[in-house]
Amino acid sequence: MASIKTASRERAAGSPCSTAGAGPAVEVTSLHKKYGALEAVKGVSFSIERGEVFAFLGPNGAGKTTTVGMLCTLTRPSGGHASVAGFDVARQPEAVRRRIGLVFQEQTLDDRLTAEQNLRFHAVLYHVPRAQVKARIDRVLRLVALEDRRHDLVSTFSGGMARRLEIARGMLHTPVVLFLDEPTVGLDPQTRTLVWDDVLRLRREEQMTIFLTTHYMDEAEYADRVAIIDHGQIVATGTPDELKRRVGADTVELVTADDAAAAARLEGAGFRVRRGEEELVIAAEDGEAAVPRLIDAAGVRVRSVDVHHPTLDDVFLHYTGRQIRDEHAGPALPPRARARTARR
Amino acid sequence: MSATTLQLPGRPLADERVSLAEELRTVGMVWEREAIRFFRTRARVLSSFIQPVLFLFVLGYGMGGLVGSTAGFDFKKFLFPGIVAMTVMSTALSSAISIVWDREFGFLREMLVAPVSRTSLVSGKTLGGASIATVQGTIMLALAPAIGVRLSWLVVLKVIGLELLMAVTMTAFGVFVASHIRRMEGFSVVMQLLLFPMLFLSGALFPLSGLPSWLTVLTRINPLTYAVAPLRSIVFAAQHMPPAAATKFSSTVTLFGTTLSNAACVGIACGFAVVFLGLAVAGFGRPD
Repeated sequence: MASIKTASRERAAGSPCSTAGAGPAVEVTSLHKKYGALEAVKGVSFSIERGEVFAFLGPNGAGKTTTVGMLCTLTRPSGGHASVAGFDVARQPEAVRRRIGLVFQEQTLDDRLTAEQNLRFHAVLYHVPRAQVKARIDRVLRLVALEDRRHDLVSTFSGGMARRLEIARGMLHTPVVLFLDEPTVGLDPQTRTLVWDDVLRLRREEQMTIFLTTHYMDEAEYADRVAIIDHGQIVATGTPDELKRRVGADTVELVTADDAAAAARLEGAGFRVRRGEEELVIAAEDGEAAVPRLIDAAGVRVRSVDVHHPTLDDVFLHYTGRQIRDEHAGPALPPRARARTARR
Repeated sequence: MSATTLQLPGRPLADERVSLAEELRTVGMVWEREAIRFFRTRARVLSSFIQPVLFLFVLGYGMGGLVGSTAGFDFKKFLFPGIVAMTVMSTALSSAISIVWDREFGFLREMLVAPVSRTSLVSGKTLGGASIATVQGTIMLALAPAIGVRLSWLVVLKVIGLELLMAVTMTAFGVFVASHIRRMEGFSVVMQLLLFPMLFLSGALFPLSGLPSWLTVLTRINPLTYAVAPLRSIVFAAQHMPPAAATKFSSTVTLFGTTLSNAACVGIACGFAVVFLGLAVAGFGRPD
């Protein structure tokens, strides 16, 4: 995962407002947004390196979309400072808009045009040079595997295909940053995986910086870095692994022929053991590596072993005191399956 | 950084300015999209002919009996230029539905966040709708022989020019109105409410002479009046019109006691077009 971030780490020595080619892709300092008495975003600060996939993770209403809106110059900040691709979002909105790709939560395609016509429209509005339009359209359609549907009306597309076409369109003018606001909301799990394949391919093949918002824990796992946002404030930032390490170690669950005896011997060997209803729960720095030693130390027949890694759910719970899943009824993978994918 | 510095209006850098060529390219693309969408909905192509044809023949024969013919010049001939105008205006006005459509289906956002000026977007929309309306109106000219109206190529060219002017005015007006409408159902109600009074008070269906003064005032603030009058006088000039018929079926507009020339009418109509275009640009893309 770390290799992706080598893309461009160098920082510009000069003013960030005059150089567009270097420096962080996004730089945000105590950004505020007030709607009357309601403070939607209460001073967030973060920075995104070029070539990074950065996820804003938080429940609905946490201020994710408002922050994206300010970075995309659609919403005027009430205070603070934000620059995208080296341009100030409040003072140079035109310059910012030319350098960003946007995929909104709601669909913004013309379903009475074909896929290609939608892309051509976008290419013209974003000043893609005439000579490059065809090549770019070919390229982005290939990236999202929709080449064979290019002459089909968008009205014949499934929700997932339309979403992938929108991602392709967001890429068409080779933006510095691609913003994806809840890119997989409303899609079935299988389609969500396809969308994610597209996003990760974009990063790999186009070295794209991607800023996305999500309230799906398992999706945030794909990101290089995650900022957890709750009630308009960032409560934690880091790589998914860093965040999980911060909230605790792995746990190994053993079901044995004689729990009492096993617990006593494991504690004797220096392990921290908690008795569950039908199992022993042992904390370990690296769960998988600890398994052989635990089985040896237990000294009784072990019926089953289960290694549990902390998930972003645990992280979210740790920082906010509640679970994000309580607040929506979206399709979520079972926690155990999620823990497995996390460590691929 | 304080909040006050953030409130400064955005000023693009010198190299960020969008060239005129790029703006024109945008206008062309928006225009093209309007055309593609129009011809893809065949029902709309067809329906924009049905009403005028119905008016021409049903109203033409029905009222024709009442009005009678003056020295061989009958009501249908009088009506014909008005029906052409009606085709143009109703197509132009209803083409603005695409604004409401775009808002409801989210495509408006795709346009508004793009680094192009609203003027280009509105110009493209307006020219797109206006071109379609002009083509529809011109197709109506094919009915001329069926009702004994003679047209020369020069007359057709002049008529097309006037159609375009009328179409731009009405499409811009439609875009302006549509920018303030949130729902599709609302659009058709509002458009019907606007279309018929503007049509009836434009002189398209009956001469404007002899109306009560309060109605006369309304006809004079109707932008269509200034496009219908020259359209009719150009078509009539190509007919062998007996003087008695010319008096009965008057095609001139008087304003503050002076009879307006065709050029003056066209000038006033252009003025309306510019005002409506300005309103359309200002109204387009207002935040939800």
